[in-house]
Formats: sequence, structure tokens, C-alpha cells
Amino acid sequence: MSKQLTGAEIVFKALADHDVEYIFGYPGGAVLPLYDELVKHKNIKHILVRHEQGAGHAAEGYARSSGKPGVVLVTSGPGATNMVTALTDAYMDSIPLVCITGQVPTHLIGTDAFQECDTTGITRPCTKHNWLVKDIKDLPTIIHKAFHIATSGRPGPVLVDIPKDIQFQKTEYIKKEDVIKKINKVATDINSKEIEKIADLIVKSKKPIIYSGGGVINSGDKACELLKDLVRITGFPITSTLQGLGAYPGEDHQFVGMLGMHGTYEANNAMHDCDLMINIGARFDDRITGKIDKFSPRSKKIHIDIDPSSINKIIKVDHAIVGDVGNVLNKLIVVFKKKYPNFKNSNKENISEWWKQINKWREKDSLAFSQGNKTIKPQYAIQRLYELTKNQDTFITTEVGQHQMWAAQYYKFQKPKRWMTSGGLGTMGFGLPAAIGVQLANPKKLVVDIAGEASILMNIQELSTAVQYRLPVKIFIINNQYMGMVRQWQELLHEKNYSESYSEALPDFVKLAEAYGAVGIRAQTPDELDTKIKQMLKSDKPVLFDCRVEKVENCFPMIPSGKAHNEMILGAKDEKDTKISKQGKVLV
Amino acid sequence: MTKQLSAYSESSSKETIERHIMVVWVDNESGVLARVAGLFSGRGYNIESLTVAQVDDEKHISRITIATNGTFSVIEQIKAQLLKLIPVYKVASFKVDDKSIFRELALIKVITDKKNLEKAKKICNSFGAQYLDTTKTSFIVEFNSTRREIDRFIKELKPYGLASIARTGPLAMAKGAEITEVNKGKVL
Repeated sequence: MSKQLTGAEIVFKALADHDVEYIFGYPGGAVLPLYDELVKHKNIKHILVRHEQGAGHAAEGYARSSGKPGVVLVTSGPGATNMVTALTDAYMDSIPLVCITGQVPTHLIGTDAFQECDTTGITRPCTKHNWLVKDIKDLPTIIHKAFHIATSGRPGPVLVDIPKDIQFQKTEYIKKEDVIKKINKVATDINSKEIEKIADLIVKSKKPIIYSGGGVINSGDKACELLKDLVRITGFPITSTLQGLGAYPGEDHQFVGMLGMHGTYEANNAMHDCDLMINIGARFDDRITGKIDKFSPRSKKIHIDIDPSSINKIIKVDHAIVGDVGNVLNKLIVVFKKKYPNFKNSNKENISEWWKQINKWREKDSLAFSQGNKTIKPQYAIQRLYELTKNQDTFITTEVGQHQMWAAQYYKFQKPKRWMTSGGLGTMGFGLPAAIGVQLANPKKLVVDIAGEASILMNIQELSTAVQYRLPVKIFIINNQYMGMVRQWQELLHEKNYSESYSEALPDFVKLAEAYGAVGIRAQTPDELDTKIKQMLKSDKPVLFDCRVEKVENCFPMIPSGKAHNEMILGAKDEKDTKISKQGKVLV
Repeated sequence: MTKQLSAYSESSSKETIERHIMVVWVDNESGVLARVAGLFSGRGYNIESLTVAQVDDEKHISRITIATNGTFSVIEQIKAQLLKLIPVYKVASFKVDDKSIFRELALIKVITDKKNLEKAKKICNSFGAQYLDTTKTSFIVEFNSTRREIDRFIKELKPYGLASIARTGPLAMAKGAEITEVNKGKVL
């Protein structure tokens, strides 16, 4: 008979089996046996956060930037409920997380015991799957399955709820391989006929667009290379969703910028007017499509996605292939190269008019802004940050709001997994804990959280975590003293009724940084900005950078209420044009 | 014209709504019904009735039958979403047509005087209901048929001392030699 191990020992043996390096967590009564065991495992480092939500987002940052699952360990009751936002965030953006929660002992479940809550009930809608371990014999299998489910197919968060008595009970360990081989995997074959059809559509198209999403990044670096390959051999323009930024180099000429609500004029117009749309690993999110009825009315649509429920959910497509983006692209490229060698050159003329049109749209310069010499424009701040950091491998996280959209517009990503933002759920307070996870996964690299002064206060306590573990994350606050995106919507859609969107009593961020043991820097004028940014980059400590910017700048371009891709409001320049201004007013 | 304040709030679906019977094969483990029911409520789908029982004692598989309403694309989406649940391994949807069989069961209690009892029994006999319990002033019958037929039966009994009704939702099965295959595209 093989050795009997306690529940706590089994958990850590399984974590080691899955090559877990870091656990993000916070101790409490129902997980004390696990924390007892933790100290015996020197290869698994525990990062003590200041709030459980921070643990969740840090694990997400780790997962998003490394491609490996993030692991969280929190206690029962409030520990578990504080994780709900992070789990939902990970679920919406398809991020693999394994969350282990403590639970009150089995005989107390259902008695309203101290720090008891129905964790599996509460987290059922925000996890891919969850388990309450009622029998110690199930524990090893459940942990292995948890890792498998979190990382396979469309990735997502899972949760394992372990009652305290189960953590003490003993059973035999089961190896990872013995569990995984028993899991019933239904392979999805890639339909060769559909691949052929897609290849033929590519050849026929006169106005094509490739629209790629986070699925490409989730599929892996190989998929990103294949995407580049496809764009190169076809000569087609490519746009990307918020989550997909970095899968294709942002500075490349064939990249027409991000699409959607705050996407570029050229990307959205190309989406509207195209005759062939190739969606690779994106999900036709409502921030992308605008008004559904008017979404790209004249195009044939192809959708490649690993999740069958994404197909025809919002937009009916003509051809769908369910499968891992990397595998599908690989097959498509092989078929295409064989059938149509030297396609790019022979097809140049066929799509030259389309490129001419796209370049005309580009001339609108929809991301233009005017930087005066008094106050810093938020766009300028991010542009300077980009210029001063683009020569090193930089990782950017964000909070949620205007600064997030400006970061997506003005920071150009050349590689995948360099851009970590809360897209689906839109969680303010995501960026700082995420940056901590990113920094742990990428120790020597520059990690910047582009933040807003409102968002940063939602999880500011994690600055203490950054200081404790000497993680030199840079928090670049675009401080306009407003919840900027709320203010913008109120200006454009609610008759300038700025209800509760102004922050009356902000902290002094420089002093706040110092109180935490970090470095505080403030920039107030455009001419001191570069020097201050350089000062931030030189520091080997966490830095809270208070960048005071224009208070009422709006984030443009923008697709307003219930409008289509070709009905965008452009920036300030455009507003001055009386004709469009009138139209603009009708639109909102 | 009402002024629209928030973006993207208009619904523009023009498809017709139909009644469907969804059949879901699941591992009979704790919480599985909550997962299925939660999916329906969380995504705004309607559950008209729900029937569940274990159908395979060895593999511990339960068959959940749910009557729901939706457009074609909603029904397709429900199926796809159900298949994403880990304990679900097979999903089928049935429509009222000549390809499938539907059955519901009703238990009906009548309490009344002698005169009405006779009249009520006459109706029961004409529908072919089975007597499960009879006393001098009451009886219970079992009636299984389609939803429409049970509705008609209840309507006729109503004036004659109808006291209690218990009904299952519908069960559905494909006619002929067809069975539902494990769905393609089930990914873990």
C-alpha cells in the first residue's frame, strides 16, 4: 500500500506536479492546514496580497503574461466572496485560473457557521467549473481536473472548495498523468472542405479584412506567428480587438489599428465596407459590432473560434470553423500556399483599390490631438511613455476607463502577452495587482500599469504587496480628477449632467507613494514630462507617477449610441467642422 | 421620438419564437441541476417545465428534460451553452412535429358528492384515465398524454369537483430508429 497523505499535502503535491511557481493568496481560519503545509514547499512561492481581489487579478496578470495558469489560495466566506470579481473577470476574458478556497468543516456546512458561504453556489456562474470536495478520496482527481479544465479548450477560471476537515484527512495520492488520460476528450476535426472554401473566398475577395482577437494570443506564440504569416501571404489589412493587441505588430503597415467603439476610423470603416471578413479568435463583442443590423452589411463572414457557443451568437456567419486558432491557421496556410503560390503578388492589383480607400481613411488621422504648452494631454502622456519605453521589452497593464482606451490607441504592441487589460468585465482596480503578477512572471522586465486616478484607488492597497516583494512596477496615473469615461458619457449622452463623476478629495499621490515605501513622482507640464518619465524608468522601486492631465479631454474616435461602424464621431478637429458637428449632435 | 441615452441598447431580433423541448444528458453529481437551471436564468432563457431522473444506474447519468421557448438562434445558443457545462455530455432539442413523441403525466384528485362523482367518472372513462384510489367522496386518476390533451381533460373535469392537480413536464423522444449521438464540438 502506498503512502497516505493529508488533504493539505495532496494539494501541494498536485501543485508541484503542475509546475506551479507562485500562489497568490491570503490566509484565514479555513485554510490554515494548507498554510501549515505551504512552508514545507520551497519551490512554491506564496505572494501575500492585501485583499483577495488583488490575489485574483495578480494571478490573472501572471497567467496573461506567461501563458500558464494563475493559482490563488484564499479562505472561506469573505475570502471566497472577495474573489468573485476576479473570477468573473477571468471568465469573461478566458484566462486560466485555479482558485483554491477553504470551507468550513463538512459537518458544519449548511449551519451558517462562522465564515461560511455557499462558495460553489456563488461562483457557479463565474467559473468554467467548480467543485466542493466532500470526500478526501476525490481530492487528487479534482485538483488535476481543475488544472486541465482551466487550461484546455477556451481557458477560464475554476474553483476547488476544500472543507477544513478534508485538509486534515488522509488518502493515497493519484498522479497527474493517471487522471488526465482518463478524461474523455472529444477531438474536433478541422473540416477540410471549409478550409478549401475559405481559401477560395480569400482569392475572390476585393475588399478583405482580417479581424483578430484574444483567441490568437490564448492559442500561443505559434498562433501569433501563423497570423503574421497569413497576413503576409495575403497582403490583406488586419485590425484587432482590445484583447488581441500584440498578436500582430502594432507598427506594421498592414495593421489598421484597433476596431470598435474607440477603434480607428480606418479599421471601423474597413469593417463596414469589406466584402470578406475573417474573424480569427474574436467573439463579436458589443463594443466591437456597434449596431448589429448595420454591422458590415455586404460581407461574407468567416469565424474561427475554439468555443462553439461563440459561433452565430451575435453575428450570423457564412463559414465557421471550430478549433484552436493555431491549428486552424496552420491548416489554412498549408492549403492556401499549395493551392495559390505567390498569391500576394498576383493579387496585388485585385485589392489595390481597397488599399487606396483604406489609406484615404487613414488620412483622416482619427487619433490626432493637439498638444498645447500648458497642460499635458492624456494622449500625449501615453505617446511619450511609448516613445521612451518602446526600445525595451515592456509589459503594460491598465485599469478601466479613458486611460485604458488611450493606452490601447497610442501604445503600440509588437509582441503578444505584453498587454494585460480587463476587457470583457471592465474591472476598475485590475491594473495594479495584475502588474504585480506580470512582474513576477517576468522578473527583469519593465512593467507599467497605465491607470486612472479613480481606478487606482480601487486596489491601491496592493502597492504594499509590490513594496514587500520588491517588485518595481510603475504605476502611471493619468490624473484628470474625473471618472473620465463616465464624465465623457455624461457630456455626450446625458446633457452634461456630471452626476458624481468628479473626485472631490483625491490623495496626494506622491505622499501616498512615500507612505507605502514606494517612490512618488509628479508631472504637471508638457515640457517636464519626458524628464519625469525617465526618472520613473530609472528607479528600481515601485513608482506611483501622478501625471496631471487636461481634465475634460474626450476619448475619440467613438461610435455613439446604436450607430454603425461608418458613423463615428471623430476628435476635436472634427467637432469644429460645423457640418459634422451637427450630425454628431443628432447621433448622440 | 424617445431619446436613446445608452449605447447599443436596442434589440433587433425579428425571428419567431417556438416551443422546444431540450433534453440534456448529465452526470448525476451534486449541483448539476443548479448548473443547468442557473444557465437558463443567468442568460435570460425561459424554463416552462423541468423533469429530471437518473436513467443509467451504472454510469450515473440523468436525463433532464426542459420545455422552453425561443427563436431558432436562441435555441442553438442554449444548446451550445449547455454543452460547455462540464457534466453535460449530450444535448438534443425536440419540436412539436412528426419526428418526435411527447408525453406528460398528470395525477388528478376529485372530491365531490355522489351525483357529480358519477359525471366525473364518465369523463375519466371517456379519456381512458387510470383509477389509483377511490373512496365514497373522492378518487385519484392518472392520465398520461400530450400537454394539449391533458389540458382538455382538466377543463372538462373542472365543474365536477376537481380538487388537486399534479403534472410533470413533457418527456420527449425521437421516433423511429434514431437516437441522439454525443454532440460534436464538445470540448473540455
